[in-house]
Amino acid sequence: MAYSEKVLDHYENPRNVGAFGKDEEGVATGMVGAPACGDVMKLQIKVGKDGVIEDAKFKTYGCGSAIASSSLVTEWVKGKTIDQALDIKNTQIAEELALPPVKIHCSILAEDAIKAAVADYRKKHQA
Amino acid sequence: MLKFPIYLDYSATTPVDPRVAAKMIPWLTEHFGNPASRSHAYGWEAEQAVEEAREQVAALVNADAKEIIWTSGATESNNLAIKGAAHFYQGKGKHVITVKTEHKAVLDTVRELEREGFEATYLDVQENGLIDLEVLKAAIRPDTILISVMFVNNEVGVVQPIAEIGELCREKGIIFHVDAAQATGKVDIDLEKLKVDLMSFSAHKTYGPKGVGALYVRRKPRVRLEAQMHGGGHERGLRSGTLATHQIVGMGEAFRLAREEMTEENARIRKLRDKLLNGLTDIEATFVNGDVEQRVPHNLNISFAYVEGESLIMAIKDIAVSSGSACTSASLEPSYVLRALGRNDELAHSSIRFSIGRFTTEEEVDFTIDLLHKKIGKLRELSPLWDMYKEGIDLDTVQWAAH
Repeated sequence: MAYSEKVLDHYENPRNVGAFGKDEEGVATGMVGAPACGDVMKLQIKVGKDGVIEDAKFKTYGCGSAIASSSLVTEWVKGKTIDQALDIKNTQIAEELALPPVKIHCSILAEDAIKAAVADYRKKHQA
Repeated sequence: MLKFPIYLDYSATTPVDPRVAAKMIPWLTEHFGNPASRSHAYGWEAEQAVEEAREQVAALVNADAKEIIWTSGATESNNLAIKGAAHFYQGKGKHVITVKTEHKAVLDTVRELEREGFEATYLDVQENGLIDLEVLKAAIRPDTILISVMFVNNEVGVVQPIAEIGELCREKGIIFHVDAAQATGKVDIDLEKLKVDLMSFSAHKTYGPKGVGALYVRRKPRVRLEAQMHGGGHERGLRSGTLATHQIVGMGEAFRLAREEMTEENARIRKLRDKLLNGLTDIEATFVNGDVEQRVPHNLNISFAYVEGESLIMAIKDIAVSSGSACTSASLEPSYVLRALGRNDELAHSSIRFSIGRFTTEEEVDFTIDLLHKKIGKLRELSPLWDMYKEGIDLDTVQWAAH
């Protein structure tokens, strides 16, 4: 698989790998994908009192472009409000990383991970 | 001094042994005659070289040279054997049996027969990759005319019970074809003892050139085939086409070397493979695919749980290996062979086939073990599945959002 420089960079030096403590204030988690499909992404966001995403972490089981897509997303969501984060589209991710057509599903999964993390945040904080 | 990437994909293809290449070259430049030319010395010497090579190929498998037909490779041999026998014997019956873990050159050929109106049974294998003889017996019908089983599986390296299947076929009067592309030089093949009617060979899996192979066609009792390639009537009418003298000479020399050196070579390779096996199964949550005992000495197929195959291949780009992962294939389906062994998709995705060979050194094996330890560790740090495994969560009980 011939990958772009950007995919290789994120793959070699993934940003924001890790996990937050489960009970940390403002932390929400989105986990998408399935082992049988060859990729699982876990995206965690830490949202401040002002509704801005202060920090993000990920762990991904998947191919190089799945790892790169999730790594990129952790960079992009930081500093955004949760509504702004939801505006990140898979096409932007695919374009930024110059994903080959057979890897577009990785960018879709990354977008889904953001949605899942935001949904988890809203569920926890709606009360 | 290590040369990168380290080649550990000898089951895909082997380099041409320099001794083989040296033998081939004069047959391209000086001795270029057509072996079918009967009217001059150029033709005679080429024919002599082709016949010498035929003896060398026959000698490795203890057959008669007259039973060897030159082809372009094992794919063509499989096509000629399966279609040729099915077409010739279709008056006797229309049923063919093969195995789910066969190479595509066999499976797709049998599929083609189905399109022509034949019926086919694709046998399941056991978890160790071997076929169960009782399952085979149960699949045989009165109208079964052909059974095709590979000698050595290309992905997991298991050795099927060819001798026993041969007895069964002979007893029932069924033609038995064996794809031996992965077996030559790895396991002893004695066609005087084995009751095999047709056997396919490839040169490039045994340190010969690509583009040449052979089909063994038994003479006693005689096995008949319908030709698939028509033309000048070469190879007793079974396979027309001008013989590629240099390729054939290369295959002959490669098989001669295999016969002379295989005992010693396999002992050395087995030691290296076992070192690799021990060094890698040291890593937590690894699974060897395929039977460990009934296996060729140079193959090791391992699944590294909670690590995805393509990212693993990227991480270990200093070594050249194959993966059972969907992501490395055009089809996006994980290895059908590992699926047939009952491996779930996740383990099929994270499998790596290491195949070592004549030019593999101990230093290369040591490097590989060390590299895998480092990279598996790194990828598992990245893997949410690894965390869950460490927390004691059974991944099979998790409701995944499949996509």
